[in-house]
Amino acid sequence: MPLVLSIFLWLLPIVTALLFVGRVWWTPDLASIHGRSIDDQLALALIVAGTIFVLAHFALGYFIWRYRASGSERALYWREHPKLEAAWTIATAILFIGLGIEGNRVWAGYARESMPSDVVRIEVTAQQFAWNFRYPGPDGRFGRTDPRLIDDSLGNYIGIDPDDSAGEDDIVTQNLAAVPVNRAVEVTLRAKDVTHSFFVPQFRVKQDAVPGLSIPVHFTAKAAGEYEVACAELCGMQHHKMRGRLQVMSEAEFQSWLRSRAAL
Amino acid sequence: MWFAIAAILMLFVGLTSAYVVRRGLDPNWTSIPIPGVAFANAALLLASSFTLEVGRRSPAARRWLVATWILGLAFAAGQLTLWRQLAEEGLHLNTSAHASFIYLLTALHGLHLLGGMIVVSWQSRVDLAVIAIYWHFLGGLWIYLLVVLFAWS
Amino acid sequence: MSGFLRRYLFSTDHKVVGIQYLLLSLAAVLVGIALSIIMRIRLAWPQEKWPILERLMPAAFAGGPMTPEFYLSMMTMHGTIMIFFVLSTAPLSGFGNYFLPIQIGARDMAFPVLNMLSFWITLLAFGVMMAALFATGGAPIAGWTSYPPLSALGEIAGPGLGLGQGLWIVSIAIFCVGSLFTSLNFLTTTLNLRARGMSLLWMPLTVWAWFTTAILALLAFPVLLAAGLLLLLDRIGGTSYFLPAGLIVSDQLIPNQGGSPLLWQHLFWFFGHPEVYIAILPGMGITSHIVSTFSRKPVFAYKAMVAAFFAIGFISYIVWGHHMFISGMSPYAGIAFSISTMAVAVPSAVKTFNWLATMWRGQIRLATPMLYSIGFVSFFVSGGVTGVMLAMPSVDIFLHDTYFVVAHFHIIMGVAAIFAVFAGTHFWFPKMFGRMMSESLGKVHFWLTLAGVYAIFMPMHFLGISGGLRRYAEFTEFAFLRPLQPLHVFISIAAFVTAAAQIIFLFNCFWSIRNGRRAGVNPWEATSLEWTIPSPPPHDNFAGVEPVVHRGPYDYSVPGASRDYLMQTEGGPE
Repeated sequence: MPLVLSIFLWLLPIVTALLFVGRVWWTPDLASIHGRSIDDQLALALIVAGTIFVLAHFALGYFIWRYRASGSERALYWREHPKLEAAWTIATAILFIGLGIEGNRVWAGYARESMPSDVVRIEVTAQQFAWNFRYPGPDGRFGRTDPRLIDDSLGNYIGIDPDDSAGEDDIVTQNLAAVPVNRAVEVTLRAKDVTHSFFVPQFRVKQDAVPGLSIPVHFTAKAAGEYEVACAELCGMQHHKMRGRLQVMSEAEFQSWLRSRAAL
Repeated sequence: MWFAIAAILMLFVGLTSAYVVRRGLDPNWTSIPIPGVAFANAALLLASSFTLEVGRRSPAARRWLVATWILGLAFAAGQLTLWRQLAEEGLHLNTSAHASFIYLLTALHGLHLLGGMIVVSWQSRVDLAVIAIYWHFLGGLWIYLLVVLFAWS
Repeated sequence: MSGFLRRYLFSTDHKVVGIQYLLLSLAAVLVGIALSIIMRIRLAWPQEKWPILERLMPAAFAGGPMTPEFYLSMMTMHGTIMIFFVLSTAPLSGFGNYFLPIQIGARDMAFPVLNMLSFWITLLAFGVMMAALFATGGAPIAGWTSYPPLSALGEIAGPGLGLGQGLWIVSIAIFCVGSLFTSLNFLTTTLNLRARGMSLLWMPLTVWAWFTTAILALLAFPVLLAAGLLLLLDRIGGTSYFLPAGLIVSDQLIPNQGGSPLLWQHLFWFFGHPEVYIAILPGMGITSHIVSTFSRKPVFAYKAMVAAFFAIGFISYIVWGHHMFISGMSPYAGIAFSISTMAVAVPSAVKTFNWLATMWRGQIRLATPMLYSIGFVSFFVSGGVTGVMLAMPSVDIFLHDTYFVVAHFHIIMGVAAIFAVFAGTHFWFPKMFGRMMSESLGKVHFWLTLAGVYAIFMPMHFLGISGGLRRYAEFTEFAFLRPLQPLHVFISIAAFVTAAAQIIFLFNCFWSIRNGRRAGVNPWEATSLEWTIPSPPPHDNFAGVEPVVHRGPYDYSVPGASRDYLMQTEGGPE
């Protein structure tokens, strides 16, 4: 029994480590610039976590077999060793806090990143169960909205106030958006009814959209293509079906996309 | 008893933090001025703490405890009066955020006081020193609620 | 009151109350497992129809495959029932009620009537929760975390959010009160009713675990009660604690204004994080106790273990924001919470080192309780390291709300904590019932469950890393999710097999009560006070003779002693 258990406790980390290292199932292909640092952080975290996981299980498995009860031998009456205790406590603290500082470095960098002057601004208003995208149009300003003006049948999904001239050229789409490649995009997240969360896996972007708040999140797409937008906060019975399409295209294609949508 | 105080305190601390946050977030916050009867009620409650302390030490404990009980009842009646006054001014639970906190916090405080009054009437079976801690705590809590709800702006 | 009612139903004897809690959590875990089976069926085969299930629960199918809202209600109730009625009862109010007084040499808890009341209040809460499960309109679908606005808006935001959600809140509120009474008892008893010689630093670590857990529960549950009251008022009182202005739900404008959905999250997680430590701390105490006993060695660094309990308990109150990194909370608050979360991992790591150090150069007896405790250490490490990963906000951006988080908390709560319950059951069963459980059935159950739960939850890490989102009724709608379906099927099959294996444990428990080998006073050759009294113990535990304690709780393999263990009541050099 001790041997079998030890073997299991040794095999477990080996098999698991192989599956991780072999990247048998892994993150979706990266398509944003800041996502690189997030992937690096994930790798660092996995290496630290994995090392602890492997070492602890090797120790556990070894001890079970090596120190199995035998005959009339006595165990060692060893109750404490303050220096050893202090040593591994401090080492652990340094490791974990260090990991925390490193993780926060990237997090703070992302949060404090300032947007360039040519940033593309999009406002996303999430609702049960769709994504509404709004572009400010040539005037660069979003018009005022009022929830009482929402009329889905007229395509006024977010209630743009017709009396506000800034909103006249606003472009609103549902579940479909376009951004130019290699240009910074700042999305302001709002929500119409309950809390949702804007998640584009390939961009490593995820941020809750909370009713009553306007929350910014940003990214720069680095590869053209069509990407899926998924909801990452339980919002009701069709939470799993809130699918948006985000298309990344060249600057020229983006401008003509905007023009064709404005004409609608 | 001190453990129980800690737990009850956490309930009110949680609600206080909700109050602070809600107040800070609300651009349309309207404050309700303190109703005069709140002061009277505070006086009643503090007096009841006094009678309880005297009763604990006196051989004629019973009449002091009855006084405590009656003062507690008067406080409860005073609270109902406070609610009626607010309602007459059109201030109900859902009228404003401030009103909703006033009703909720005073109701919870009052419920705990009623519980205390029930235990005081068992005074032959429960140690008076222990009840006293609870009773004085509720008195202090009332002062605290007055400060948080009305004085802080 | 008739004799039966007073002796068994409304008993104030802490041992009976403990068994009542254990039976309640057994019923709850069976319901919770059934719900998870239904969930796994839907996740693996989302478009399938199931005629047998449909006949039992027609509303869940409406003529087609299982509806997504039914899946969400199963998921909500699964989490709620497991966390509240299994993990917050069995380890603390179950074993703690039975053994805390005995381990400190007391005749009963400080407030026996309050103790009895706490059980019946908790049972009432469970009844109300069952009513929510079967409520007209469906059980709630907002998750065990019940975030508003979804949970505050009622039926217009989704099925089950009317009556079902309302009953859910009431049940939780009642549970909070029951838990308060339990905490009062545990704390007062530990401080006031210790036998002569039982100094605080000679108490078994199980008692320290229950003591610190009771402090956590005392201070955390009232905040949950506060949050629940506010949510209830938003639903039925027209208030706006959590509801901001301008919500449009099902084409209706909601009149509330000024509230903050984030306020709920802060209040809930302020409770919620200590809550998960409430679930695990007793298990850590049980593990220390059993590892020491079956390694025939003192617990290594007993004082550090006690300090670690307090450190974990204290720090657990300042980490709650790590559930909210991307909630819209200030990113700088996120930094603070991330560092504090890393800090709470340190005492947990210290405990793990100490368990290993206790086993080092021991004489390890692999009886079933020890097997489960070794399993606890394994799962604690596995689940713990992913927690450290999630504490990094940059990593959390990608992994938040994915199956990576589901894997993390299941391994720590749903497995490690439960393994501690298995260990405690096998360990204390002889004392409670006077009979041994079957070692061979125990070993079979251990192996099947150990392998089974790793088969269930290891793949979930990969689901999460691939972006697989949680609380999704199916993975069919998204191109990046569809390739993950084979993992879901594998997990579901592993879950069915593992769930079936639990029948072995159940059978072992109930069969052994009548047919197990008769147990003596101290079948494990252990040292703490419960092993000095008959199996099962008399009503007042120590038959009128207060024990006198002469030594600490883990004097195994003391040099020069004639036996490799010395009971706490034995005199001689310390």
